[in-house]
Amino acid sequence: MKVTLRIQRYNPERDSEPYYQEFIVEAGDDKERILDLLHQVKWKYDGTLTFRRSCAHGVCGSDGLRINGRNRLACSTLLRDVNYKKPIVIEPLPSIPIIKDLVVDMSDFYKKYEAVKPYLVNKSPAPEHERIQSNEDAEMLFESAKCILCGCCTTSCPSSWSDENYIGPAALLKAYRFVFDTRDEAADERLDIVDTPDGIWRCHTIFNCVEACPKDINLTWHISQLKKRVAEREM
Amino acid sequence: MINHQYDVIIIGAGGAGLRAALEIPEGFSCAVLSKVFPTRSHTGAAQGGIGAALGNEEEDSWEWHMFDTVKGSDYLGDQDAIEIMAKDAIRAIIELEHMGMPFSRTPEGKIAQRRFGGHTRPEVPEDPDSKRVAVKRSCYSADRTGHVMLHTLYENCLKQQVHFYSEYFVTDLVMSGKSCAGVVAMDMATSEVHVFHAKAVMLATGGYGRVFRITSNAHVGTGDGFSFVYNNGLPLQDMEFVQFHPTGLWKLGILISEAARGEGGILLNNKGERFMERYAPSVKDLAPRDMVSRAIITEIREGRGFKGSDGTSYVHLDVSHLPKEVIDEKIPEITGFARTYLGVEPTKEPIPIQPTAHYAMGGIPTTADAEVIRDKKGTRVPGLYAAGEAACVSVHGANRLGTNSLLDIIVFGRRGGKAIAEFIKEAEFAPLPADAADRTLAKIDRLMNSKGKEKAGALRTELQEKMMEKVGVFRNAKDLADMTVEIKTLRDRYQEVSIDDKGKIFNTDLVEAIELGNLIDTAEPIIHGALVREESRGAHSREDFPKRDDKKWLKHTLIFKTDDKPKIDYRPVSITRFQPKERKY
Repeated sequence: MKVTLRIQRYNPERDSEPYYQEFIVEAGDDKERILDLLHQVKWKYDGTLTFRRSCAHGVCGSDGLRINGRNRLACSTLLRDVNYKKPIVIEPLPSIPIIKDLVVDMSDFYKKYEAVKPYLVNKSPAPEHERIQSNEDAEMLFESAKCILCGCCTTSCPSSWSDENYIGPAALLKAYRFVFDTRDEAADERLDIVDTPDGIWRCHTIFNCVEACPKDINLTWHISQLKKRVAEREM
Repeated sequence: MINHQYDVIIIGAGGAGLRAALEIPEGFSCAVLSKVFPTRSHTGAAQGGIGAALGNEEEDSWEWHMFDTVKGSDYLGDQDAIEIMAKDAIRAIIELEHMGMPFSRTPEGKIAQRRFGGHTRPEVPEDPDSKRVAVKRSCYSADRTGHVMLHTLYENCLKQQVHFYSEYFVTDLVMSGKSCAGVVAMDMATSEVHVFHAKAVMLATGGYGRVFRITSNAHVGTGDGFSFVYNNGLPLQDMEFVQFHPTGLWKLGILISEAARGEGGILLNNKGERFMERYAPSVKDLAPRDMVSRAIITEIREGRGFKGSDGTSYVHLDVSHLPKEVIDEKIPEITGFARTYLGVEPTKEPIPIQPTAHYAMGGIPTTADAEVIRDKKGTRVPGLYAAGEAACVSVHGANRLGTNSLLDIIVFGRRGGKAIAEFIKEAEFAPLPADAADRTLAKIDRLMNSKGKEKAGALRTELQEKMMEKVGVFRNAKDLADMTVEIKTLRDRYQEVSIDDKGKIFNTDLVEAIELGNLIDTAEPIIHGALVREESRGAHSREDFPKRDDKKWLKHTLIFKTDDKPKIDYRPVSITRFQPKERKY
């Protein structure tokens, strides 16, 4: 069957502003990945179409895009997940600078991720064996550790859109990942970083991030746990 | 052109590259170059676990792990290196845990372990000759072990303030006489060419899965490191040994981890028969990957597979009899893939699977300290190191066991990093040749200005389909001989490739065209290695030579590029503790 992709294009070497271009592609059935259709355009019709991708099955986080108005991964969105009877609108992730076509500048996103000290801090002498952690405590981390840093959440967040200093849901999720790790000793330091107007308190529980997350992570719940921990600390 | 100077340049930000970077001491400059942002590296796609005889769930020992790896390798693995890996595994896992890697846990809070293909223990631990049964040796974090490992290593690099050049696409090595003096790379954001002058270079560039049509590998798995080495007159080793993972998601090749079978999943043919009982009576579905892949293709060839709508055939992987909590907690990601991509509900129905090109056992020959070697005598290339899938130590021989790849990258990534740390203390910078970037500049210039009729996308598809058809799970002299001609033609046609994108900014059209050259460079030694090796061993199955032939072929293949056909040489295999025996499970 024939499917129309309506793709936002922008080449800073040539274009003064973004525009849309339509391509008609051939899909075997409704289980084709949007990523494969983008490849079809690139490999058959127009080699200049530019996007990032790598693993093609939702684990590397390279191909976060806005597809029919919703942030998702091109490789884990199938035709049947969208209305393909009409042109499928494909745009770069919103609210961050475009480098070219569907490729965006993620440097601010990564900077905010680094700001929460995204690594285990434990200065106690390490035992000879593993540090003991109950399976329940380990599982408290698993959902947050699923994050693939694709940026779908942060760029879907109205609080991020309106406040460029807001650290955003992805970075807060990473803060949770370490604050709630029973092996970590820097929870206070990290809570100081996120207990600011541009930190956890900028989250107004709009849940866009939860809807956008391709790994089904409940970001808002994790942020609420950080808020709770900060409140407990103050008591 | 922009010039840089670093004591150490590491190419690739997967597990091996990141682990090596952590070993470079303060006071020395080190940069990691990666064509993707580090956490996008393919290490993150590993699922089921990392092998180590911790003995957290049942009795285990590193000797048993070593034996399994040797036997799994069909006796082609170098036993001195395998011994190092199996022993060091225990320390390496504890270290990862201390770095913060989140693991699934036992009821006592230790690292949880599960069964995996080819990992066994004697049924009676006191009697090493008793029947071998599957052992819980794979340390895991649900079915996202590679993902959390990659993130943990990257996090530790941030903590140590390792310098990264993300989205820098390396195009060549800089050789200075017999030494390596650096690398040439293109900044993808601007297409600017950079020369990095270095005392030591590590190739941690991963594998070449994209040489094949059906693969579990990321699009970036284009064999870049193999191509750099091959084009600089250095050999590649054992390239004929390509692992086809038995359980790729039908049509897409996406990996469905052995963990599915480790947790109790079984393979079924179109008669509903658990066919692995016939091929490997003792460990059945948990036989090593080469045997399971052959069994699946045999079932299909003998009419016991299912015909897919795309013309390819598959068999079933059934986990529907497992308790729901096992599926949800132990293998959530892979069952999710079946739902997302095929619309199959694994709690109720079987998953269609077929073998998928997964792993390069062969690669850049190195010592157990990741030093690259240039000939059969083991002469080192000063300043050049390789680790991970790009390297061939060789710990995997003719067939790698599941969980040993994540282990390989942290054990030999670290050893390489330590060896580099020693080397740079004494070494001087080798002189940088004036023409260091010439080959890269010429290549870019040719592709940017070519008016040729060939397109990279179409040519790549042709290569991948032919490799799948003629150099797949089963091989024979005729198909391989055809492919030696075919690859020459593809190489000639590659000279006629032109690209659409003539711009400087983020030109992925150009990057993909260069990657296609790397794929062709990598396919050539795979084909020639497979043609000369007239025996069947591990993952290399010749229909015309169905038996293993230790007399003639218990040796490593070395392949060098020449202007005519590749030159072949051989290296001996290190055999220390275990004499070759017939490999039965």
